[in-house]
Amino acid sequence: MSDSDRVKAKPPSEAETLLHRAEAEAEKDPFAGVDFAELELSLYRPRTLFSIILSWLVTGMTLLALIPLFAVLWMLIWRGGRKLGLALFTQLPPAPLEQGGGFGNAIVGTLIMVGIATLITVPLGVLTGVFLAQAGASKLAGAVRFSAKVLTGFPSILAGVFAYGAIVLATGGYSAIAGAVALSILMLPTIILTSESAIAMVPAKMKEASIGLGATGTQTVWMVLLPTAMPGILTGVMLAIARAAGETAPLLFTALFSNYWLASNGRIDLMQPTASLAVLIYNFSGMPFKNQVELAWAAALVLVALVLITNLIGQSFSRQQVNQ
Amino acid sequence: MTSVPGTTRLEDEAAWHVGQTWQPPSKAQRWIDVLFRRLCVGFAALTIVLIALLVFEIAVKAIPAFREHGLSFLYQATWDPNKGTYGILPEIWGTLYTSLLALFFGSAFGIAAAVFLSEGYLGEAVFKILKNFNLHFHPFWGKLPDRLEVLLKNLIELLAAVPSVVYGLWGLFVVIPLIRPGCNWLHAQFGWFPLFSTDLSGPGILPAVFVLSIMILPTITAISRDALISVPPKLRMAAYGLGATRWETILGVLLPTASRGIFGGVVLAFGRALGETMALAMLVGNANRLTVSLFSPANTLAALLANSFPEAGAKEIPVLMYAALVLLAITLVVNMFGALVLERAAAKSEAK
Repeated sequence: MSDSDRVKAKPPSEAETLLHRAEAEAEKDPFAGVDFAELELSLYRPRTLFSIILSWLVTGMTLLALIPLFAVLWMLIWRGGRKLGLALFTQLPPAPLEQGGGFGNAIVGTLIMVGIATLITVPLGVLTGVFLAQAGASKLAGAVRFSAKVLTGFPSILAGVFAYGAIVLATGGYSAIAGAVALSILMLPTIILTSESAIAMVPAKMKEASIGLGATGTQTVWMVLLPTAMPGILTGVMLAIARAAGETAPLLFTALFSNYWLASNGRIDLMQPTASLAVLIYNFSGMPFKNQVELAWAAALVLVALVLITNLIGQSFSRQQVNQ
Repeated sequence: MTSVPGTTRLEDEAAWHVGQTWQPPSKAQRWIDVLFRRLCVGFAALTIVLIALLVFEIAVKAIPAFREHGLSFLYQATWDPNKGTYGILPEIWGTLYTSLLALFFGSAFGIAAAVFLSEGYLGEAVFKILKNFNLHFHPFWGKLPDRLEVLLKNLIELLAAVPSVVYGLWGLFVVIPLIRPGCNWLHAQFGWFPLFSTDLSGPGILPAVFVLSIMILPTITAISRDALISVPPKLRMAAYGLGATRWETILGVLLPTASRGIFGGVVLAFGRALGETMALAMLVGNANRLTVSLFSPANTLAALLANSFPEAGAKEIPVLMYAALVLLAITLVVNMFGALVLERAAAKSEAK
């Protein structure tokens, strides 16, 4: 209080009087001295013109980038939808020049191989994710995380080459198991990285509360961390499944292809060549027969529907986590 | 030990109330805990072992071919199983050529889409339209700008979800017939120009590059968008405060600050392009040819493997394994470099 009194007591300096005068004027018209024409977003000014042109350019490029997505979806519905019917799901692929037919065995083959690959990778990937989230910054954790990131970009064809060398040559034949192993190499990194980030996002206080109550680390993982992180982990699993279902290259020379059902005489034999939707599309697209090409389009429609639905289910899980 | 009256040792107490939640972990539970921890560490270590195993398995199977053909395998241009001469120079060239071209187009469109998404252009435009109808604070319509932004981001990510064999099918039956007249016109008019020196008779480099750039675009967009969004808002505010226009800010401040992250994304996308198989196997034409012409058929390492492996004889398998090893070496180096760049970029932005 005494401070402000002292300030008032002093006679105002010249600068201060000028400032006061400017303030008083500003109160009358706060925008005095501002040239509005200068501020306008004018097309005649090179700087703003440049900015506007680039904005439109970027908008156009983004829209152009989306055209292929809609073009592909449109062609799938247009050309694949024509053949869509129950027969596709129940019949076997036709021989050349034969009419009709379906790809029931390929759907079953895809589901079985992706299922086996999921059974292999989910325990491995989720527990590795648990380790990464718990071990945090240790050297081993850093190395594992780096390996997983490098594996995400691992060419799918090389997974096939590996499974060929390790399983097909060892067991002496193409099989569903070899295909599933090749797929699991591609699924693993996605599951590891998404479960790590899902578990790391569980609030630290929940973990501390559990340990404070006397739970062991294992009990904390199973009863607190995993249930809380479940939506995020499921998102990762679904994304990995969607990716694996569409992979062709790793199956070309591990599961090969087959024109018959996987089960023979009432027994499922996993050690024989197995059909898959993706390989069917590849094989039939190269054939000079109209019926086969149409079947390839229909199979592509079914495959894309399968992949997109799995993707959407995964995304709905991640939305649940956000809502929590 | 004797316990003080009125206070009991926890373990004594627990013995009387087996199954109560507050009893300390039993011996069995502690053992399970130790075992489970070991299991987690073991599974995690398996990831590193897996990479080593992948390299080892392919390298061992390639040894016979390496002994026989040595390094000349890398710079010879003929592939003739009958004579036993093998060289993958055209495949290495084709892999790099198609990937670099795809990277050029993919980055241009991918980074543009990342800027479009991170600047919130769509949300802004929708907000302006809603404002005209005075709906911008409406409980339903008011949320529309944000929802559309998320939808657009998901749509671009869906581009990556479409399986590559479906892109191959689309390229084969839609893209090639569509671009063929234009390409052949270019060849007729500008045939002296090396890029247009052959005509497009079917599969070729250009359709392959076209589909490949669509496939790597989502990777570039997703990573660049993350990098652009994590630029501290105060930098943008400062640039606007100094009177910069929107694009002076983007080009002068945002993109340079996010450049490490964007570069990491581009490198990872390059790794994807190098290893991409199906779209190329279907669209590039599988011709053992060294060419710069955009319309000529060619071959890539991954497409060579996909096409030759299923019907390869016992003699050809080691040669193909050698080719796989070359592809493995190239992609591992590129991917490790990309992952390192991204890790550094993340560490740097955290340090801020």
